[in-house]
Amino acid sequence: MAVRRFKPSTALEFVLLAIFIVAMLFPVVWMLETALKEQRDIFHVPAKVFHFHVTLQHFKDVFASGSSVASGFRNSIIVGALSTIIATGFGVPAAWAYSRFDIKAKQDQLFFILSTRFMPPIVVVIPIFLMYRDLNLVNSVVGLILLYSAFNLPFTIWMMKGFVDEVPGEYEDAAMLDGYSRFQAFWKVTMPLLIPGIAATAVFALIFSWNEFVFAIFLTSNSAARTAPPAIAALVGDAPIDWGLIAASAMVFVVPVLLFAFLVRKHLVAGVTLGAVRR
Amino acid sequence: MTDTLQTPTSQAPESRKLVTPPAAARYRFLTDKWLGRGFIAPAMALILLLSIFPLVWALYLSFTNYSATADVGSKWVGFNNYKDILTSGSTWTHAQLTVMFGVGAVVLETVLGFALAFLISRRRRGRGALTTIFLVPMMLSPVVVGLFWRFMLDVQFGVIDSFLHSLGLGQPQWLTQKNLALVSLIMVDTWQWTPFIMLIALAGLTAVPKYLYEAAEIDRASEWFKFRRITLPLVWPLLLVAILFRAIEAFRLFDLVYILTGGGPGGTSETLSYDVYKKAFYGFETGKASAYGILMVIVVTIATQFYLRYLNKIKER
Repeated sequence: MAVRRFKPSTALEFVLLAIFIVAMLFPVVWMLETALKEQRDIFHVPAKVFHFHVTLQHFKDVFASGSSVASGFRNSIIVGALSTIIATGFGVPAAWAYSRFDIKAKQDQLFFILSTRFMPPIVVVIPIFLMYRDLNLVNSVVGLILLYSAFNLPFTIWMMKGFVDEVPGEYEDAAMLDGYSRFQAFWKVTMPLLIPGIAATAVFALIFSWNEFVFAIFLTSNSAARTAPPAIAALVGDAPIDWGLIAASAMVFVVPVLLFAFLVRKHLVAGVTLGAVRR
Repeated sequence: MTDTLQTPTSQAPESRKLVTPPAAARYRFLTDKWLGRGFIAPAMALILLLSIFPLVWALYLSFTNYSATADVGSKWVGFNNYKDILTSGSTWTHAQLTVMFGVGAVVLETVLGFALAFLISRRRRGRGALTTIFLVPMMLSPVVVGLFWRFMLDVQFGVIDSFLHSLGLGQPQWLTQKNLALVSLIMVDTWQWTPFIMLIALAGLTAVPKYLYEAAEIDRASEWFKFRRITLPLVWPLLLVAILFRAIEAFRLFDLVYILTGGGPGGTSETLSYDVYKKAFYGFETGKASAYGILMVIVVTIATQFYLRYLNKIKER
C-alpha cells in the first residue's frame, strides 16, 4: 500500500543494530581468532585483528592423549547423556500425570518443584558435599549424574507439562473407550505425539548439564570425574597461562551447544525460562 | 446402513474373545489415582533427596558450630551463627555489593534487551537470523564467558585495552582496580544476558495484535502514544517475569566472580554467594556458612513471593 521511502530513523535503526551485532559477536570471534593464532600473535600488542598466521596446533593440543580437557570432554558426555536420560525418564511421566489428573494442591506442588531450581547453588553444594563424602560419591561420575538429573527435573517437568497440555485429553478418552487402559492410552496414544517435545526438552537438559559449573567444580577433584567446565577453568592455574589452548578448548566446548541450541530455537523462550513462560 | 457394513459383524464377537482379553482388565490395579502417584513419585523422590534434604541438612548445620575439616564433633549453638552474620558489618558490605551488581546488571539488561527486541520487531526480513545471532552469548557456559572476558580485559595484552589505548582513552585495569571490578562484572553479565531479556520481550512484542495499532492509526495516534499505551502495557507483564529470572540469578551470582575477579581486589567484588563460599571452603566454618546460605534462601523466597503477588495483580488488570 505505502511506498517504502528511506527514512533517517530507519538508518539509525540499522546503525544501532549493527553496533549490537558487533558487541555481541566480537568476543566470540576474538576467542576463535585466539584459538587459531600462533603463540606470539596471541600476546601481540597492539592486538592483531586481521593479519596473523593460522595454526591448528591449539586444537591438536586439546585432544592430545592425557590432556585434562580431553578427559573432561569424555566425562561431560557421559554425565550429560545419562543425566538427561534419567531426567527425561522420570520427568515425562510426572509431567503427564500433573497435566491429566486432579492432584491435590497441584499448583503448589509445581511451584515448589520449580522453586528448587532457584536456590543459590553455593548453598546447596555444602550439604551435598558432606552427603556425598559419606556416600563416597565425591569425585565420582555417578554422583554428578544423580545431581544433574535432580537439577534438570524441575525444568523437564515444567517444559513437558506444556507439551502434554497441548495434546487433547480426549484422545486418551477415545482410546479408553476402545478398551485401552489409562496406561496404555498414555503409552500408545499420547506418547508418540510427545516425541518432538521430548526431544526439545532433552536437548535443553543436555545443554544445562553440559554447561553446569558450580557443582562440578566442588564435587570433582581430578580427571576421574571432572567434567569439561572445571577442566577448562583449571587451565588458568598454569603459569604462564596458555590462552591459545584455553580458547581452543572453549571453542570445542561451545560448538555442540550452539548447534543444539539452533535445533531447538523454536522452543527457546520456554527453554530458557525453565518452561515457566510459553507463548 | 448397507449390507456390506453389517455382514462381518455376525462373526466378529467370537474371534474377539479369542484374541485378547479387554486390555483394561489386565491393568485394573492401575487406577488413575495410583498411576498418577506412581508417575510422580520417582521424580519427587529424586528432587527431595538432592534438593530438599540437603537444604534441611544445611538448616540443621546452621545451628551448630560444625566444621567440615575438624575431627571434633559439633556443638549446638542455637541462633549464634545467625546473630554473628546479621551483626557483622562485612555481611552488609557484601549484601550492598550484590544489590549494586544486581540493580546495575538487571537495569542495563532490561533497557538494552528491550531496545534490541524493539529494533528487531520493526524489521520485516531477517528476524529469525538476527535473533539467532543475538542468542549466542546466552547459550554459553559461565566458564567460557568468564574466561573469554578475563582474557579480553587483561591489562597487558587484552584486546579491549589495546583498542582503548589506540583511541587514546587510557588503559583501565578492569579486573584489578577497586570499583572497576564490579563494573566489569556488571558489563560481562549484561553482555551475556541481554539476549535473554530480548528473547522474551520479542515474544511479547510479536504477540501484540496488529489491529490495536491499526485502530490507533485511524485515530492518528503518535508513535510515542502507540508505544506508551499499546506496546508497553502488553509486553510489561512478560518483561517482569524475565526481570524476575535475572534478578534471582544476579542475587546468587557466583561463577562469574569465581572466574573473573576471584572477589578481588580487596574484596570489592565479593558477592554474597562468594562470601558463603569463602566461609565454607577457606574458613571451614561450615555451620556459619550454612546459616548464611539459609538466610539467602529466606530472603530470595520472601522477595519472590512479594514480586509474584505484584505480578498477579498486574495480570488481573
